[in-house]
Amino acid sequence: MAVKTFTIDGQAVTAEETDTILQAATDAGIKIPTLCHLDGLGDVGACRLCITEVSGTNKLLPACVTKVSEGMEIKTNSERIQKYRRMILELLFAERNHVCSVCVANRHCELQTLAEEHGMMSVRFPYQYPNTTVDASHDWFILDHNRCVLCTRCVRVCDEVEGAHVWDVMGRGTNSRVITDLNQPWGDSETCTSCSKCVQVCPTGALSSKGKSVAEMVKKRDFLPYLMATREEKI
Amino acid sequence: MLLEELNALAEKEKAGRKQICVRCCMSAGCVSSQAVEIKKALEKAVVDKQLTDKVEIRRVGCMGYCGQGPMVSIESEGLLYEHVTPENAPSIVEALAGGKTDVEKGDPNMPFFARQMLVVRAHGGRIDPERIEDYIEVGGYTALHRVVHDQTPAQVVEAMTKSGLRGRGGAGFPSGLKWATVAKSKGDRKYVICNGDEGDPGAFMDRSVLESDPHTVIEGMAIAGYAVGASQGYIYVRAEYPLAISRLQIAIRQAKQNGLLGEGLFESTFNFNVEIRIGAGAFVCGEETALMASIEGRRGQPRPRPPFPAESGLWGYPTLINNVETFANVVPIIQKGPEWYATLGTEKSKGTKVFALTGKVRNNGLIEVPMGITIRQIVEELGGGAPEGATIKAVQTGGPSGGCIPAELFDTPVDYDSLMKVGSIMGSGGMVVMDNSTNMVDVARFYMQFCMEESCGKCIPCRAGTVQMYNLLNKILSKQGTIKDLEALEELCDMVKNTSLCGLGQTAPNPVISTLRYFRNEYLALLQPEPPGEKAKTNGHLAGSTH
Repeated sequence: MAVKTFTIDGQAVTAEETDTILQAATDAGIKIPTLCHLDGLGDVGACRLCITEVSGTNKLLPACVTKVSEGMEIKTNSERIQKYRRMILELLFAERNHVCSVCVANRHCELQTLAEEHGMMSVRFPYQYPNTTVDASHDWFILDHNRCVLCTRCVRVCDEVEGAHVWDVMGRGTNSRVITDLNQPWGDSETCTSCSKCVQVCPTGALSSKGKSVAEMVKKRDFLPYLMATREEKI
Repeated sequence: MLLEELNALAEKEKAGRKQICVRCCMSAGCVSSQAVEIKKALEKAVVDKQLTDKVEIRRVGCMGYCGQGPMVSIESEGLLYEHVTPENAPSIVEALAGGKTDVEKGDPNMPFFARQMLVVRAHGGRIDPERIEDYIEVGGYTALHRVVHDQTPAQVVEAMTKSGLRGRGGAGFPSGLKWATVAKSKGDRKYVICNGDEGDPGAFMDRSVLESDPHTVIEGMAIAGYAVGASQGYIYVRAEYPLAISRLQIAIRQAKQNGLLGEGLFESTFNFNVEIRIGAGAFVCGEETALMASIEGRRGQPRPRPPFPAESGLWGYPTLINNVETFANVVPIIQKGPEWYATLGTEKSKGTKVFALTGKVRNNGLIEVPMGITIRQIVEELGGGAPEGATIKAVQTGGPSGGCIPAELFDTPVDYDSLMKVGSIMGSGGMVVMDNSTNMVDVARFYMQFCMEESCGKCIPCRAGTVQMYNLLNKILSKQGTIKDLEALEELCDMVKNTSLCGLGQTAPNPVISTLRYFRNEYLALLQPEPPGEKAKTNGHLAGSTH
């Protein structure tokens, strides 16, 4: 396997040619913010938070799906990128009804953490206050569309890891919604194995276990890298 | 089929022609205005007047002058009838026998026709799109024969490169380079896809080509398949084009029956099949990766590139994906030679381009013009200028991904690079002419609404950014906006353009950016003066606040 040498934020880094910028940066101890990415799941490049500036192109490249190449000069944290990231986060907060103070995932929420890390003190864009619903029909879990950021981690973990493909997305644009089966209530789903993988990978309080009060929903993400590691060893 | 059989078919067809051919436009526009009834009435009138051995009535594709349809043309007599109704049929036929008719006549030599250069649309309005014999009569499928028997795949790719053809879907990527990449990519199998998911508001070039001359697209795809090593092609057409779909189905069936699609074409070892895939109404499926996802039966959403389809496309195999008009250029390039093609157009933009000319001009319809013609020539000569009392203000090209070009820049030549320089794009060929009664902020809002509704929802900048931009434009249009809103709008334009995943989001701000560039005054005139001393309002929510 060929090894590539390049720089990230001025720091010389080497990585295998199959690595993404995100993997290389993580290995080098450089943090790039992510939301839709989760180790163990296929990447979709949807949240655009991991955008980086790469020499030789005017385009901003998402670190999660861009492969490294020789001599790349990558900037992960320029002023321009920081500004865009903050705007993306503001757009997310304005899109649905993210009220941290009453959320089960308060203080354990990736969206909240990202906003804090990026110094997002307020949202400049008008809140959209969409009329979204909550599906509490499942015996053990709750889906709250108000808190969903459409990262599709639930869709991917169910399809790629659990193999059930209960989740998918329907609708277009800002009206997109994650759905179970053919948009039936989760509790009526005939494909759901109630494995809770979707709940554990959800970055916000959109998917949670029943019986949790404000700030009580702590997600257990460790299972995924562990599971993937054991599966790979079997092969 | 053998070449001799093909030629014999063409000869037989020529021998069967009658002295006078009355052509009825049977494209979607004219069909919606009784073209079917008109053709029936004409046929009846010919029988009534006992002219059947002298006159034939032929169904043909789009003649281009759509604003004046339904059209009937009698080339041998130099006649072109406009706004025809079924009741006009007897007098039109009578005129052929020496009588008189008061049906509205057009001038087939007017600049709208004379200034055009027909390459892609050469058979449009001339041949019957539902008869393969008509296409064979004008030399159809001889290019495929020549390629399969006399040229290596590498020579075909070379010809495409030499011709200088660039993708007609809008971005203008050099077609030869794309073909060469797919030809070089390694894969157990490869695919050719024709993108007929034409979705820009006001654009109907591809529909017209598919409705008027489906075989040329199929032949172009087969040639492409030979060049890149693919034996399966897909034509992706939007469901809103039922006539194009039906004519393609007929064309594919006829080509198969005649051994012009299928196994061992022209007794060679080359196999090629074409299937139709029908879109379900999403604009984003015109984006190549979303289109392929849709063909695969998945949700039509774009994915990040690379890998490009040429490397990993349909079901992970190398895939050549070109627009309808691009494929329609292939047969003329092979028939007349890449050197000939390279003489058309400008240095960097070769050939011709089909435009759907609509809006505030006298002549509406489809035009095919050589690259390098100026916008002024298109609007004033072909379009006939503004209607009575109107003053033309701007031309919008490129649909929701394009921009508005103001009248003072009408001397800009129409080629990929010049249009880009003035802040618009060639796009797929929509050209909407606007006059002084149009508010450019309203235009920007129209396109933003379109993008907002057609955003697939995958990436955040496009999904949520278009909503905020649309709301800001609404606010400005309802005279509630301030200079702060305009600044926020520009900031969002910049962010959405630079951070979106696919072309839809990356270009969605273009109509706003271009109207701000040339018609900023119209925005400023709508703004509220900002009350002195007031700070920018925010929602005041603190993220992460637990209080």
